[in-house]
Amino acid sequence: MARSNKPILWLPFAGGGLVAALIMPVLILITGVLVPLGVLHLHYETIAAVAHNPVGKLVLLGALALPAWHAAHRLRMTAHDLGLGGGIFVKAGCYGTAGLLTFTAALALILI
Amino acid sequence: MSETITLEVLRYHPETDSEPHFRSYTVPYKDEWVVLDALNHIKDNLDATLSYRWSCHMAVCGSCGMMINNEPKLSCHAFLRDYRGGVIRVEPLDHFPIERDLVIVMDSFMDKLSGVKPYLIPKEDRPLAEGEYLQSPAELNTFHRYTQCINCVLCYAACPQIGLNEDFVGPAALALAHRYNLDSRDGGRDARAEVVASNEGVWECTFVGACSQVCPKQVDPAAAIQQIKISASVDWLKNLLTPGGYR
Amino acid sequence: MSRRPYVRKVERSWWLRRPRYVLYMIRELTSLFVGLYCALLVVGLVRLAQGPAPWDGFVAAFSSPLGVAVQLLCLVFAIYHSVTWFALTPKAMPLMMKGEPVPGAVIVGAHYVAWAAVSAIVLIGAGV
Repeated sequence: MARSNKPILWLPFAGGGLVAALIMPVLILITGVLVPLGVLHLHYETIAAVAHNPVGKLVLLGALALPAWHAAHRLRMTAHDLGLGGGIFVKAGCYGTAGLLTFTAALALILI
Repeated sequence: MSETITLEVLRYHPETDSEPHFRSYTVPYKDEWVVLDALNHIKDNLDATLSYRWSCHMAVCGSCGMMINNEPKLSCHAFLRDYRGGVIRVEPLDHFPIERDLVIVMDSFMDKLSGVKPYLIPKEDRPLAEGEYLQSPAELNTFHRYTQCINCVLCYAACPQIGLNEDFVGPAALALAHRYNLDSRDGGRDARAEVVASNEGVWECTFVGACSQVCPKQVDPAAAIQQIKISASVDWLKNLLTPGGYR
Repeated sequence: MSRRPYVRKVERSWWLRRPRYVLYMIRELTSLFVGLYCALLVVGLVRLAQGPAPWDGFVAAFSSPLGVAVQLLCLVFAIYHSVTWFALTPKAMPLMMKGEPVPGAVIVGAHYVAWAAVSAIVLIGAGV
């Protein structure tokens, strides 16, 4: 047996799990409850200003990409738990989606 | 007529049975009896062909683990009074082959246990004349709970990942590995990592946490495994950043 | 005496056999909703990059009955994820102080404080 390279998947899983636990509920509270109720307004200028700032770009990327990798890894393990196999399709589907989301988010942040 | 309680016991005799089947026994109910007492009553008075393992009758030897109403338990630690008015279903521990009746085949566990080198590997050889390896109470405190394991394998019966992948090293062996890794007198962490941090090691764990919930000795294997995941990840990062690879 | 060990098969529905396994499976399936919400936010980021009008359209879609329904579902699972994640932190990251283990409740409590602080910062940043 040899040491595994699983940390490359587990570290983003664990980091993303913590990030998601800390920020996701409040983000959904804002976009799904406070904005529809009219308590808050997400003006283009305000959000774009955050996305223009280099630190803001990094924070946004981390806040989006890490939970995506967390979800991808957990879903893949759950697929295995449910007897759906750990084959190449499950892996490609889970990690591929997370990779695509990360790439898209990074590209959007660069272009803003 | 005095009170009784019914046990449904899974029976399997490889000479005559093609597959296991349940058999019902009615035994006297006593407040102070545990399931093991009821099994002993069956063996002594009702059916001498019943096979099961036990020794100490006091949650020390770790040999009388069984599924009791679908929950892995030491049968010496499961009181009849907690099942009063119902039927007690007794089966061999989940995730192990059945040798005979309630006796399981434990070879896979013994191999996994020896695979993690669960013994002190000193950092350097020291002549006897230099005296003992001293350890402070604080150093002992870091790993003391993991020394409590009695190898009863209830955690293997509780862990779904063992059921899904029989090669997974599993809770008790990994907790024991962690116990020696944390020991201030030990220098064997790298040697153990070859198994502990392999694909069949901690990475098969999805932190269900059932192992720690069923442990009769509060060893908390789930905690040990998560801590190994973190330290193995730190090792992996260090290896990535330093030329020459793992020490 | 002939040895013929009997191997019992694990059913695909193993996780329905015990309440603790069901709770575990719900915890694992929170990832579906965490991932879904992440994907929706990435769409929002793309709309933001496209300019003010696409962004306003995105915000309107998020505030539609369907958008709110999906997000409320995500919120329930996101909170379940947070609670279960914090509950397990003492096992993964035990702390020793003066040779004695720090009680698990203190470690979990610290995560709840951090959760409240991050939520407050995000809410203030969003203009509450």
